[in-house]
Amino acid sequence: MSDVDFTFEGAPMCADAGQTIAAALMGHGVMSWRTTRFAGRPRGILCGIGVCYDCLITVNDEPNVRACVTRIEPGDDVRRQDGVGR
Amino acid sequence: MKADVIVIGAGIVGACCAYSCARAGLDVVVVDRGPVAGGTTGAGEGNILVSDKEPGPELDLALLSRAAWAALGEEIGGPCELDPKGGLVVAARQQTLDHLVAFAEAQRASGVIAEAVAADDLRDHEPHMARDLAGGVYYPQDMQVQPMLAAAHLLDAARRRYGARILTGTEVLGVERGADGSITGVRTPAGVMSAPHIINAAGTWGGEIAALAGVHVPILPRRGFILVTEPLPPLIRHKVYAADYVANVASDSAGLETSAVVEGTHSGTVLIGASRERVGFDRTLDWAVVQRLAAQAIEIFPVLAEVSLLRTYGGFRPYCPDHLPVIGPDPRAPGLLHACGHEGAGIGLAAATGDLIAQSILGTPASIDLAPFAPQRFESVHV
Repeated sequence: MSDVDFTFEGAPMCADAGQTIAAALMGHGVMSWRTTRFAGRPRGILCGIGVCYDCLITVNDEPNVRACVTRIEPGDDVRRQDGVGR
Repeated sequence: MKADVIVIGAGIVGACCAYSCARAGLDVVVVDRGPVAGGTTGAGEGNILVSDKEPGPELDLALLSRAAWAALGEEIGGPCELDPKGGLVVAARQQTLDHLVAFAEAQRASGVIAEAVAADDLRDHEPHMARDLAGGVYYPQDMQVQPMLAAAHLLDAARRRYGARILTGTEVLGVERGADGSITGVRTPAGVMSAPHIINAAGTWGGEIAALAGVHVPILPRRGFILVTEPLPPLIRHKVYAADYVANVASDSAGLETSAVVEGTHSGTVLIGASRERVGFDRTLDWAVVQRLAAQAIEIFPVLAEVSLLRTYGGFRPYCPDHLPVIGPDPRAPGLLHACGHEGAGIGLAAATGDLIAQSILGTPASIDLAPFAPQRFESVHV
């Protein structure tokens, strides 16, 4: 499997090609990457199949990307998301 | 089980009927084959509108209900997300605007507050609105409520404050009538429940309950979808809709009609309605409807083009051939009262409907003439 280089909060990371963003982050021990918009509580993977919208993350300045169903791509700039992300 | 009143339906209309009756001192039981707000109400958007009603009995009812909702808001408090945000109706073309302005002028005579908004002033009301609209009318009396929360909290208040009993998951299998034809109760899988009054608040399925009681009430489903965006920062202040919504609601066409109704919610999502089509009880999502609604919303708020949709939901608006609800006692089955067939206005009209039903049972004077809503008014159709 070829490696995919990306950054999370500016830090270089590496993933397997074809992995989702969620899988790539969890492979590095990152379990939470968003806070809720009212209470600021931590969120990561819940359903894992694109339904619950709990795993939202900002990728290349685009907010509200579902980490569980979006493939990591070379050079992706992945950022934590607070609230609505805008 | 015995009660003074059995309410069939735990949607918003049933909840308002139950609350008004229980508050008046009646012993109330609410039954629903599903959960609270699981049928017609759960598919609704939460409109409490006077702006979309033409002068006549439905507008009078809407004005009465707006006041009743304001009172309920005081009694129930914050959790229903009742928001007197006002409505802004906009027209893309001058000809549509001329119709809208004339429509508003006629509404004013009935007590509606309507303020013309020039094209250049629209963005004072809605900063993100498109720049190429012809103008609009602002209706400060329009309100919004979260319909599922409202039904649940009204039923809860009826139960905790006034002793009402709520039996979800309890289907009405039959309506019991005495030798003289009057209502004596309902039959459920849990047995017969006795009451001298039963209220048909079954929404889109109100015709089926009427049939169980042996009377005909023509209530038909009109399918509607609503789009839900991702949560956004506050973007849209009012209930905003295109002027042709009014014409679509009143239309008798069986085909698909869409006109954008756009509003923000407390949770941050933006709701985009409203479609109408007569396809029976088919729930299949139609992608063409989603595309049309989204495109029409973007015409009013171009910023929405950059926003993702999370989901859609939809259901059936219960309509009668004359587009008026069925409210009041049914002389063909003494003890049976109807409170259904409100089409797409059921959330808004529910509060007054509950009060009118309670007045009817208690024998106190009605706040409004119920004749236009009489359940037997369709009899002459069957010759």
